[in-house]
Amino acid sequence: MVTELNASLPTTPEEYRQRYVELQRAAQDSAARRPAVAGDIRNPAVVPAEQIVREETIPGGWYWSTRLTRGQTLRIINDDATSGVSALFWNADDTSERYNAADTVKLQWSAAVSRGSMLFSDMGRVLMSVTEDSSAAHDALLGGSTATSNRRRFGDQALRNSRDNFILAIAKHGLGRRDIPPCITFFAPVRTDEAGRFIWRGDAVKPGDFVDLRAEMNVLAALSNCPHPLAPSPRWAAEPVRAIVWRSGEPGPHDLCRHRTDEAVRGFENTDAAFRA
Amino acid sequence: MRRFAREREEIFMSASTSPTVPPLAAEAASYDKVIPAAAPWSRVVRRGQLLRIVDLEGQQAVDTLFYNAHDYAERYSVHDTLLAQGHAYISTGSVLLSNESNVMATITADTCGRHDTSAGACSCEANTVRFGQHTRYMHACRENFLLELTRYGMTKRDVVSNLNFFMNVPILPDGELAIVDGVSQPGDYVEMRAEIDLLCVISNCPQVNNPCNGFRPTPVRVLIWDAPSG
Repeated sequence: MVTELNASLPTTPEEYRQRYVELQRAAQDSAARRPAVAGDIRNPAVVPAEQIVREETIPGGWYWSTRLTRGQTLRIINDDATSGVSALFWNADDTSERYNAADTVKLQWSAAVSRGSMLFSDMGRVLMSVTEDSSAAHDALLGGSTATSNRRRFGDQALRNSRDNFILAIAKHGLGRRDIPPCITFFAPVRTDEAGRFIWRGDAVKPGDFVDLRAEMNVLAALSNCPHPLAPSPRWAAEPVRAIVWRSGEPGPHDLCRHRTDEAVRGFENTDAAFRA
Repeated sequence: MRRFAREREEIFMSASTSPTVPPLAAEAASYDKVIPAAAPWSRVVRRGQLLRIVDLEGQQAVDTLFYNAHDYAERYSVHDTLLAQGHAYISTGSVLLSNESNVMATITADTCGRHDTSAGACSCEANTVRFGQHTRYMHACRENFLLELTRYGMTKRDVVSNLNFFMNVPILPDGELAIVDGVSQPGDYVEMRAEIDLLCVISNCPQVNNPCNGFRPTPVRVLIWDAPSG
């Protein structure tokens, strides 16, 4: 799957441009063949009880945090098609390393996070792999709600919001406001139109949709179950979501996330190197 | 691109733009400095002052972060900014918001019309993923950010998603996103009014592995004018 690029290193602007064109073309090729790549991930529709490490039902408006050991998977189940679960991830062994929204979209040449995507840290490593995803309706560009967005949207800034939820979640691990980078929001079908305006694809999230996120390092995860500010509902409405941490086993030799793109291979090279004994 | 800038102005009719005034004269600036190619820069821009960033030779990305000069935990927030304006790009009239949803700065002039909000800054580590392991030891924007931020007692924890003036990253409806050739011409500039006392941190992007600097990093110029008296 990995495209071999010209091995000789560029030295002139023209050679740098040529290499960039090759990289972009390879990324577009891999995006084009994405639906055809089956990979070997076949996560169970229902996680067997013996594989569950812990589970939690997060009430509408609330937050939850958990640690994940490298290799464990976090499943978020959206039984009632609630509009948005915002999430942040830190390297639990060094929380200065954390989810980086810009790198996640730039390194994958796409803001469309879905099965086979990775969530990158700011250190060129993979925090989480998206190993299963029933909706492909996530927002990597706009983030989550704030007191201000609730005031604008619903006329009430006292409604619960993701910004404050992250402050609360992370404060309980000894971290603070400086540790909160731009987040990602699952089950929030946000796209841009031709003019660059943000739009909400109304019917993209169905009851029972879920996403599996495999931890690729030891991770501290925080989830906030608050409506995305672009969600069309005229009133603030958040239904409970379920979070399950489960033992998903060793990635197979043809693991989709690890092999789909050249960027994936290099991202995992960087990640695995930190865990080599 | 000019048409693009006009559309932005229409979208931000409600923004507190000042009446049309002739371009400020460089001789009247209280601060005027050329940032060499690939170099970092930082300075406090006081409330009411105008900051202009000039792309001297064209196609030069200027990676920029803002902090509340009195509370560094409050900093530029791409999400608050884009959410409030409902649009993925910024131009004249755009209001730059903080992670506390407060107004930090207002874009008052923009002769380029295209800047990136979502692709962030290059780093040695991200470069390895994007371009190959051989690019690890090339200077990068987050190196510049760290050099400046640590002067103020900040650390890598304080590096967040930044603005990239003059960098062209179209986001397509299917989510596809790539850095493409910049549209800024020599002398194009973007100007903003500080709405609070701002610590402005710039990395004059050293990247040569993608088109953000035309594969040839060049100097940029920053000018600051004092708030009109009275």
